[in-house]
Amino acid sequence: MTQYGFYYDATRCTGCHTCEAACRDYHGLSLKMAFRRVYEVEGGLWSQASDGTWITDSYAYYTSISCQHCDNPACTQVCPTGAMHKGENGIVSVEEKRCIGCGYCALACPYKAPRVDREVGHSVKCDGCASRMAAGELPICVEACSMRCIEFGSIDELPRGTRAAVAPLPDPSVTQPNLYINECAAAQPFGSLDCRIANAAEVD
Amino acid sequence: MSDSVNTLTRRAFVKAAGALGVVGAAASAGMVVDRVPKAHAAAPAEGAERIVWSHCHVNCGGACPLKFHMRGDEIVYVETEGAGASAAAKERAFGATQARACLRGRSIKHFIESDNRLDYPLRRVAGTKRGEGKYERISWDEALDIIASEFTRITKTYGNEAVFIQECSGVEQNIMMNNPFFRLFNLCGGVVTRYGSYSSAAISFGAYPYTYGKSWGNRSLKTIQEGELVVFFGYAPNDMRMSGDGAGYDINVAREQKHARVIVIDPRRSELCTNQDVEWIPIVPCTDAALVAGIAHVLIAEDLVDHDFLDTYCVGFDEKTLPEDAKGQNLSYTDYIMGTGYDKIEKTPAWAAAITRVPEERIVRLAHEIADAKPCYICQGLGPQRHTNGDNTARAIMVLPQLVGQVGRPGTTSGGSVGNSGIGLKSLPTGTNPIKTKFPNYLWPEVIRDGAKLTATNAGIKGADALKVGIKMLVNYGNNMIANQNGDINTTTDIVRDESLCEFILAYDVQMTDSCKYADIILPDLTPQETVSLSAAGEGCDVKGIRFGQPICEPKGERREVYEVCGELARRLGVYDEYSNGGMTREDWCRKLYEEMREKNAGMNLPAYDEGVAQGSFSFDIEPSDKVDDFILDPKANPLPTATGKIQIYSPELAAMAKTWKLGQGDLITPVPVYFPGYDGPDDVTDEYPLMICDYHYKGTVHSTYAVNPAVNEMTPFQVLINPIDAEKYGISDLDKVSLTSAQGEIRTQARVTNRVIPGVLMYPQGGWHSADMDGDRIDHGGCSNTLTSRHCCPVSKGTGQHSVIGRIKKVEA
Repeated sequence: MTQYGFYYDATRCTGCHTCEAACRDYHGLSLKMAFRRVYEVEGGLWSQASDGTWITDSYAYYTSISCQHCDNPACTQVCPTGAMHKGENGIVSVEEKRCIGCGYCALACPYKAPRVDREVGHSVKCDGCASRMAAGELPICVEACSMRCIEFGSIDELPRGTRAAVAPLPDPSVTQPNLYINECAAAQPFGSLDCRIANAAEVD
Repeated sequence: MSDSVNTLTRRAFVKAAGALGVVGAAASAGMVVDRVPKAHAAAPAEGAERIVWSHCHVNCGGACPLKFHMRGDEIVYVETEGAGASAAAKERAFGATQARACLRGRSIKHFIESDNRLDYPLRRVAGTKRGEGKYERISWDEALDIIASEFTRITKTYGNEAVFIQECSGVEQNIMMNNPFFRLFNLCGGVVTRYGSYSSAAISFGAYPYTYGKSWGNRSLKTIQEGELVVFFGYAPNDMRMSGDGAGYDINVAREQKHARVIVIDPRRSELCTNQDVEWIPIVPCTDAALVAGIAHVLIAEDLVDHDFLDTYCVGFDEKTLPEDAKGQNLSYTDYIMGTGYDKIEKTPAWAAAITRVPEERIVRLAHEIADAKPCYICQGLGPQRHTNGDNTARAIMVLPQLVGQVGRPGTTSGGSVGNSGIGLKSLPTGTNPIKTKFPNYLWPEVIRDGAKLTATNAGIKGADALKVGIKMLVNYGNNMIANQNGDINTTTDIVRDESLCEFILAYDVQMTDSCKYADIILPDLTPQETVSLSAAGEGCDVKGIRFGQPICEPKGERREVYEVCGELARRLGVYDEYSNGGMTREDWCRKLYEEMREKNAGMNLPAYDEGVAQGSFSFDIEPSDKVDDFILDPKANPLPTATGKIQIYSPELAAMAKTWKLGQGDLITPVPVYFPGYDGPDDVTDEYPLMICDYHYKGTVHSTYAVNPAVNEMTPFQVLINPIDAEKYGISDLDKVSLTSAQGEIRTQARVTNRVIPGVLMYPQGGWHSADMDGDRIDHGGCSNTLTSRHCCPVSKGTGQHSVIGRIKKVEA
């Protein structure tokens, strides 16, 4: 089976949130809802020398993620109705009529990709812009990125980075995400306790 | 995100919609309303989707094409240049030019469809004060009659010099801008005008003229060569020039494809220094000139300067190139740096370290890195020059590349701005203004208040020794200056509220800004996306391109665009035929100006106007010039337009001005660019105001226009950046609600405890919409940075000093 997924060149990303804005706009999402989110991570310390000057080893970096369309998705395994399923091209999506909006998928996914939209009464998530794919177009986030950070397609044909192993993302061995990252210099390994999500209020 | 938030949002929406219906009914019955009445409920989305091309432009430096997917009158979503399956892979590739819109353009639906839009002409209710915000709906005819008669009355009583049209940052990039007002009033005797802008007054009027005689030697980031060292002083292109054809993209390409090594000197870790492996050197705001002096000391002491360059092209590096009348007095730059002239202090790296808080070792190493780099690209953003010492700071940074001969050649820029070129699209012609008197843009409130007291030597008046009269009629079109973007809102609005000073204020905008609430008449504008529009590719982008724009829908309410409205005024003032050039429409002008540009670029095979409209936009990359500048090739044959014909490290003009100009507290004019901290600079912090507060252009909004867009505020909320060391000292936790206070006023905002700012400094995004009880406590709950800024400006250019503020932070109860 062909498996579709994302490649993300973190060395080009400037944390502009355009991918997220375009996704929300295209999918007509409410402002509190997002299929793609941009995490900001920071760490390091500041110290003052005896002459009053400042020294710092601090860093900050962004990671843009949506659904990773995992090989071993947590969301499909907990779905009581089978609405959350892995379909053609390996894309994980919601069969809306079968979804009862129980929210197990949202709780189970370590990437917080599926979310329950109470307005429509079911789970919602990135489907790789299925309607655009059907028209031979790329997902809206890919076309939106002014820095050309994001690529989408058959995982065998995408550039090969590291399989999503940077903080604040979880251990990739758990769900085997189809997100490959060209890591930036400031990136910290997944599970690192030396850094923190700096914009938690905006992404959660 | 919790599910309850969504439910709440929906309920809140229904409630708000109901409330608006009530207000609308009240308005139609002629009652007084606090809010703008709404004419229209959202039309149900019906019918097939249609595509309309327009573009986004809010003076960010870009102008990104927007491909609107419309259904009925409703925006379904937007795409941008290069959208769709037809775009070739090579056009999509990293390094190719596509003007892709950023989060601001992609969120424009929420701006255009905002409930805060103006729909009808409004008149301030008789008996209420400016700033109270009480307005009643009137007809267009009534509004236009009042404006025409007030213009006639005021020009008869005080002369045309009493009329002023403010800059229109919000719509500055399309061919119309506020030019219809200039075109109209120039046919009726003219108006007093301004020079300089909030953006670049100090570098444009306090640095370039005295250094290069003009803006000279600026090359874009595309000139960066393989492996080159790039040094940015306060330049943050990835925070505002974020389009796919912009400077932020260019530096990213240069870094990856040319292996450029980039160093950024800034009080804040800008977006360029996040994922990009770009070194950030944190610095105290206002002190860039001290850092330059420390670097210059190393270059001079270790004899690493380019003597041939300095002797041939520059004036005043050392004694031998000083003008004759300046010799023998230790007035050279070397005398300043080595402690033999001016303040007699040696500007050692240790001296610079104590002021800038950059470690001495890093200053020495930076000097060596710059000395070794050939070529070396050194430039500045517009932040360093927006301090009260901005003229000298801008000049000082320009000296740095001059010391090592790195100006006027491929791979360099001037030490000033990043350069760019364009396609040469002209704006609506404004005719001839018979009035030649100009004043510095920042001083318009003082012009209202002090009028004829302002002179050439105390306020930089040009074209006359002094003003004849203050501003009696103010046109506030597309800018939100009165109560938002100008320094010190509390002082400014006190001046504006006094109806004995400025007698008539017209506001004309798309949204009910706080500035509108100081107007006597408010007119509702169409956004550029709701009318015919034509813009060149972004003015901050090094591309040749055009963005066409067709109205995305029929005008809602009674919104009307500026060219037609000024035409209606022209009829009332008896100049319509001349104004409209025999009846030309807005679209006629777009067509004419486009075709004139197309003729001039005959070699480019550009599409005809109608073809362009159909395709929406085009962008062509620009190849960087590999030519050495003419002045460098032959400085005698091609002198610069300075007093000496050369690059002036020592400016004789400034030496003369230093003797005659009247200056304020903390101000200094010097012939060589010395460091001085400036008014409310780093030396002025006190126990009461222990922190420097520095505003900056924020990626979500850039300026104020989009700060009213909830979609960008959700992703990029307005927050004050505070270092963890300061946060602990002042008892602030992440996301606390805080007050920021300066001598000028107080705002409320949210704290972001972050490593991304140097200790001792609070960085706060500019552009938030002012919201305060101006007859009460004046606490600004909208969080506009200009509640904190002062009226103090730069000594030479009289450009804004809005980045020089001292103040305090305090946690407040949420």
